[in-house]
This record gives sequence, C-alpha cells and structure tokens, in this order.
Amino acid sequence: MKIVVLAKQVPDTRNVGPDAMTPEGTVNRAALPAVFNPEDLNALEQALRLKEQFPGSTISVVTMGLPKSAEVIREALYRGADNGYVVTDRCLGGADTLATSYTLSQAIRKIGDFDIILGGRQAIDGDTAQVGPQIAEKLGLTQVTYAEEILSVGPENKKIVIKRHIDGGVETVEAPLPLVVTVNGSAAPCRPRNAKRVMKYKNATVAAERSAENADKYAALIEKKPFLNITQWGAADIDADLNQVGKAGSPTNVKAVQNIVFKAKDSRTMTASDADVEGLIIELLNEKIIG
Amino acid sequence: MANFYTDVPEIKFEIENSPLMQRIVDLKERNYADKDNYDEAPQDFEDAMDNYDKVLEIVGDVTANIVAPNAEAVDAEGPHCENGRVRYASKTYENLDAMIKAGMNGMTMPRRYNGLNLPNTVYTAANEIVSTGDAGFENIWSLQDCIETLYEFGNEDQHSRFIPRICAGETMSMDLTEPDAGSDLQSVMLKATYDEENDCWRLNGAKRFITNGDSDLHLVLARSEAGTRDGRGLSMFIYDKRDGGVNVRRIENKLGIHGSPTCELVYKNAKAELCGSRKMGLIKYVMALMNGARLGIAAQSVGLSQAAYNEALDYAKDRKQFGKAIIEFPAVYDMLSIMKAKLDAGRALLYQTARYVDIYKALDDIARERKLTPEERAEQKQFSRLADAFTPLAKGMNSEYANQNAYDGIQIHGGSGFMLEYACQRIYRDARITSIYEGTTQLQTVAAIRYVTNGFYSQVLSDYEQWPVAAEYEAYKERVKAMAGKYNACVEAVKAAEDQDLHDICSRHLYEMAATTIMCYLLMQNASKAPELFGKSLNVYMNYAEAEIEKHNLWISRMNVAQLDSYKKA
Repeated sequence: MKIVVLAKQVPDTRNVGPDAMTPEGTVNRAALPAVFNPEDLNALEQALRLKEQFPGSTISVVTMGLPKSAEVIREALYRGADNGYVVTDRCLGGADTLATSYTLSQAIRKIGDFDIILGGRQAIDGDTAQVGPQIAEKLGLTQVTYAEEILSVGPENKKIVIKRHIDGGVETVEAPLPLVVTVNGSAAPCRPRNAKRVMKYKNATVAAERSAENADKYAALIEKKPFLNITQWGAADIDADLNQVGKAGSPTNVKAVQNIVFKAKDSRTMTASDADVEGLIIELLNEKIIG
Repeated sequence: MANFYTDVPEIKFEIENSPLMQRIVDLKERNYADKDNYDEAPQDFEDAMDNYDKVLEIVGDVTANIVAPNAEAVDAEGPHCENGRVRYASKTYENLDAMIKAGMNGMTMPRRYNGLNLPNTVYTAANEIVSTGDAGFENIWSLQDCIETLYEFGNEDQHSRFIPRICAGETMSMDLTEPDAGSDLQSVMLKATYDEENDCWRLNGAKRFITNGDSDLHLVLARSEAGTRDGRGLSMFIYDKRDGGVNVRRIENKLGIHGSPTCELVYKNAKAELCGSRKMGLIKYVMALMNGARLGIAAQSVGLSQAAYNEALDYAKDRKQFGKAIIEFPAVYDMLSIMKAKLDAGRALLYQTARYVDIYKALDDIARERKLTPEERAEQKQFSRLADAFTPLAKGMNSEYANQNAYDGIQIHGGSGFMLEYACQRIYRDARITSIYEGTTQLQTVAAIRYVTNGFYSQVLSDYEQWPVAAEYEAYKERVKAMAGKYNACVEAVKAAEDQDLHDICSRHLYEMAATTIMCYLLMQNASKAPELFGKSLNVYMNYAEAEIEKHNLWISRMNVAQLDSYKKA
C-alpha cells in the first residue's frame, strides 16, 4: 500500500510562556520551539500501523515550510516512514489554507501513486481543520475527517472502514480507496522514535540545509548513503501555478489582529442559605444557563 | 515534556566525562569497522557518543511518558498465573510494546544479530533511567542482558538462532534458584538428562523465585552429572518456550516490584540444549551471568535512589508548614542533601564499574576473533580484575543507599508518605529487594573481601590518589588520603589478629570503608570537572564519608576475639 502522510512543523503553542505573543498580538515564533504538529503524529501512527499490517507498504511524508521543517521529516523517518518531501520556496510564503492545500495537492500529484493520504485533523497554530478536506476536494477524492482508528482496509476491494469521532460518540464509516483521512487527537498516540532509525537518519537533510556554513564533517556521507537525502521541491518541481500559491494564491486577508484579554466580571459572594441558593437557581434558569 | 534522561544531567556527565570512554568505544566499535556495512553504525568516536546521547534520550522519553505513568497501575494490578502461563499487568504490555518500537532490546549485542552494539556503560544508563520510572518493569525488560552470557558461551548456531529474537524484543529469565538452593547454588538439583533418541537434553524438577519465569528464552542451571552433589556437576542449558515443557505453578506475592512476576516453575521433560561445556554451568557461566546481573541491580538501585530523591524534593518544595516550604528547614534539607550525595557518589561508582566491565568484555570479545597482543592481554587482565572487584561494591553500596534514600524519602513526606497515595511508598517497597537479590549485601561483602585482604582496593586508592583534582579540592584530597590511611590500618589490624570469625565480622566494615573512600575520589573527579553539578554533593558526601570511616575505624579498634562471644547467638 502507498501511504502519504501530511505533516506540519508548528510553534509549540501547548507550552506557552509569557513571551509567546509579540506586542502586536501575533505568534512570537522565535520564543516557541518548533514541533511536529501533534495530530499529524496521530496520523503518522495510523500510517505505521497500516504498514505493519501490510508489509511492503511505503510511507511518504510531505510537508510545506522553511527548509528547517525537514525536522518533521526526520522525526517521521525515526519512527518508521520511508521517505519525505519538503516543499519549500520563497514564493510559497504567506499561504492561507487554500494556497497550502493547492501546493500540497500538487506535491501529491507529483508523487502520483497513493492509496491513502493521512493528515492530522488540524494544526495547533491555525486550528482551521481546512487543509485536509481542501486537498481531498482538489484531488477529487473521498474524505473521512475526525478519524480515530482505521478498523480495516481491503486493498483488493479497495475499501476502508474507519471509526470517526462525532459529537457525543463515534461512528463507523466505509469509504472507497484512494481517499483522504484526517486523524483526531483522540486516536492512538504516535510510537516513540526507534533507536536504530535515529542512528541511521540523524544526518538526513534537504539540499537547502546542506549549505556550506552548515556543513559538518558528516556532510559528505550523503554520497555513500543516498537515503540521507530528503527530497526538496520548489514551486516549479510540482508544476505549481504561481497565482495559486503563497500570498498571491491566498484570498484570506487579515483585517486586524486584536489582543483580547478575558477579564472576570464583577464577582458576587453568596451565603449557603436556602434563600441565596434559590435566588441563584432562579437567576441561572432565567438566563438559560441551566434548565 | 518530561524526559528522565535530559532532566538528570548527571547521567550524561557520567557517560561523557571519563577518559576511559574513548578506549571503550574504539574497542566496542573495532575502530569503526561497521561504518560502511551498517546504515546505523557510527563513523567515529564523536558520532558514536552522539548516538548514545540520542538513544538515551529515547529511553528517557519512553520512561517519562509511558513507563512512569503506568507504574502505579502495574503495581496495583500485578501479573497473574493462568493455566501455567504468566499474564502480565495490562500496562506492562504497553511498556514492552513501547520498548520494542523504540528498538531497546539486545542493546549490547553486535549489529550482525540486529543488536545496537552499545557499550555496557550506555546500557547501564538505560537501566537506571527505566528503573526510575518503574523498577518492577525494569526487571522484566533488563533481563535481556542474560543474552550476553549466551553470546559469550554459546556456539555460532545458538547465536544466530537466539540472539536476533532477543533483539526483536523476546524476554529472558535466568533459572537458578531452587527451594533448597538460594545463596548456595551448589545445591541445585534440577535434573538434566541426555535423551539419546531425540539428541537433546531433558529437564525435570522445580525452580523457585524465578524473575520473569515465563520468559521466551531461559538460561537454566541444572545437574547434568548424575550422582554429583556440588557445583562441578552443574551445567547451563537453554530452554526455548516454543518447545514447551515448563509451566508456572504460582506467582509469588511480594512486598515490592509487583510488576515483575516471580515464578515457581515446574519442568516436565522439557527439551533443552546445552550452553557451553558441561560442568562449567556454575563455576564459569553463572558467575558471569551473576556479575552482569549485579551491575544491573546496581543500576536499578541508582534509578530508585533518583526516584526517591525526585519525589522527596518535589514534596519538600511544595509542602508548607509553619508558613514556609519544608525544604527551608535544616532538618529537611539535611536529609535531602545526604540523599543527593549518596545518589551522586553511588552513581559515580556504578559508571566506573560499568566502564571497567566494558573494557574487559570488549577485549574478551576481540579475543574470540583474533589473538590479543601482549599489551591487550595485560589490559584485559587488569580491567577484568577491576570489574570483579568493583561489581560487588557497586551492587552492595547502591542497593543499601537506595534503601536508605527510600526511607528518607518517606520521612520527608511525613504522615502522607505512610499513606498509599504517594509514589514514595512504592519506591520504598521496590527498593527493599535490591539489597537481597542477585546476592545479598552480605554476599557482596564475601565477594569483595579478598580484594580487601590482598591489598587490591588499597592499590586502587593509591592509584586514584595520583589523579589531578581542581585546585579548590586539594584540601579535600588530603582528607581522603587520611581516610584511606585509616582503612589501610584497619585492614592490617584485622589481618594481624589471624582469626577467621573476627575477620568475617569485620568484613562488612572494611568493605564499606573501601567503597566509601573510593566514592570520595570518584565524586571529587566529577566535581573537579563540573562543580556546578557535583560540588555540593562532594562537600556533603565528604562530611558523611569521614564520619563513616571514623565510625568503622572506632568499631574495628574496639573489636577483638574476646568480644565475639557477646555477638554469637547460637
């Protein structure tokens, strides 16, 4: 089975310190460590389980971002992915979800052969949950969102059965292959890095990371060990229409960014007397908070 | 995210700061001969050290985020015996699966069998880290090191059939103890008979107290020479669970390490194969097996000491009494500081021992490939002796320290520590076995005492005295020299009395004097390089050690043959 996993390097908004935001109210990326988007790790785990179930399967990981986002490819290689692609180009910067999904769908077209495209439900920096579904639309594929577990796959009958998270419970759906699946954070956590794979892939890089000033004494290893090369693609490599990528391809415009601080309103103190409790209940009923 | 490796910089320091490390890695990597044959093999020393760091980071991650959070549930549920088989606590399977996925099995085995080819020193660190998370689980997982004995004494065919299975995550056990053969393994009676018809050995009898007794691959000590009664009639066998014939009769109900199933085993005509030569089972192979296991328990003890310290420190910072955190009270920080000092001193001893083991084992292994040079042979002999002398010190002292630290850890928790809600009670229960199994502290003393009487530890101390120390520790060095002097005088005084019972009753004191003084030198080395990590512990440990030496010195000076009567109870 050919599996594509979509991954994104994001600022770690889970461990926010006092300097996490700039005075202008935007994310201070310098103050937050860059991490593998958590739900993309859940997606990778589903891919790795499929690979265990169907030996001989390959997992390709695709990311769009700066050259340093090759770190998520390395992390995926450490856990069992087979190869990775970093789509990086100056003209891709400033992309909204539409331009991102276009760019990634072009990269997937270029990879060509796939049965399942897996990605996290959403990234913790934007929280839109749009990129996965938009890619499905652009590639004309079925999509299953909020997946928790792939229950079965029939490579022969080209069917997949997925348990997905819905309000108040789960539902099980069947869908045809190939398709796009976005995976929820409630799915199985990703396995740890594998010792041997870390030793094997720790020097894997994309071309842009191998600049002269970054070169260490192990840089030449790539000639003997081609698996250390992570594929780097620019806009031209994926035949992208430059009007549909980056800022040019992003109809989303940020009108303004406001810094909102939630403040508690006036507080009231009540006693435990029956009268006070009853008064509170009536008030909450009237305001339709309970009832 | 928490990481039990990167959160404890002392471990990384121990791995990276010994002048012996370069030699260890060069030997273990055969001067990096694998670099073009295996994708994961290091190119050079720095590359190998970086690999070790990254491997331990994974161990620290898995332990902090999977093993440690599961520890309480594993302790509560424990394993069960069903139809002669062991079913682990459910979370134990989760732990084992994580370790397999992380590739942390067969860690010291060569790459040609899918091992990671790590030095013992690095494996020891992994052991310590896992033990900090859950000492009971560490027991099951770390029995992988029994494979070293099969590697050292088994044949090529056995290597290729069994080692890759252990590297893939199958578990092991060493089946030694029997109801009437505990410390005295010469009395082992499990019967091994040769089955001519099927060209294999058959095992019949029972074993008791077998850790992880339903493992995939057992090393079994059994009596192959009918009619013998001592150690020379014992051989070592490999029993493969796939062949069947061994059942678990019951699992012991223990004070601690609940996650680790301690089994009573029944062998009914179980098919087995000989490992190594007949009659060498106890004399050679079990001794090698036990030395490896003792280093493992030393690492487990250090991990438990760290866990006890972590819990106590957190609690002392958090708990407020009389308007302030209790860590601010001298009575509390006195306990915390001695816990940390014993932890750092014991850890220094642990890793020094592991390095000694590494050098002689690597040379042993090379000797199986080619003839060693005379220099290498001398080196092998020297380090083999150091390893032999240091292993009982590291095991005995660290297991005692783990117990002391676990005790103090509860004390710092006060009444809450006596309640079962806090982790300190589990650590206390888990630590208790460390000074008992794989040879009690009393037996570690027996193993070490010949190095007391033959002057070996004295020689080590005078060698260590030559090590340069940072200028600010020169005065400390004078104090340690005085301690060594007292130790030497005590050894001479005890020897001069020429009485075996007096000698034996003094041996624990002499053992502790030697170990304590050695730890002072090791900690001084560490503090010289990294005062920010070890400076405080050195000072605290020196004060403690000097008082200990004085205590033993005084005790030995009062002791004589005439006094023995007051001690005898039989």
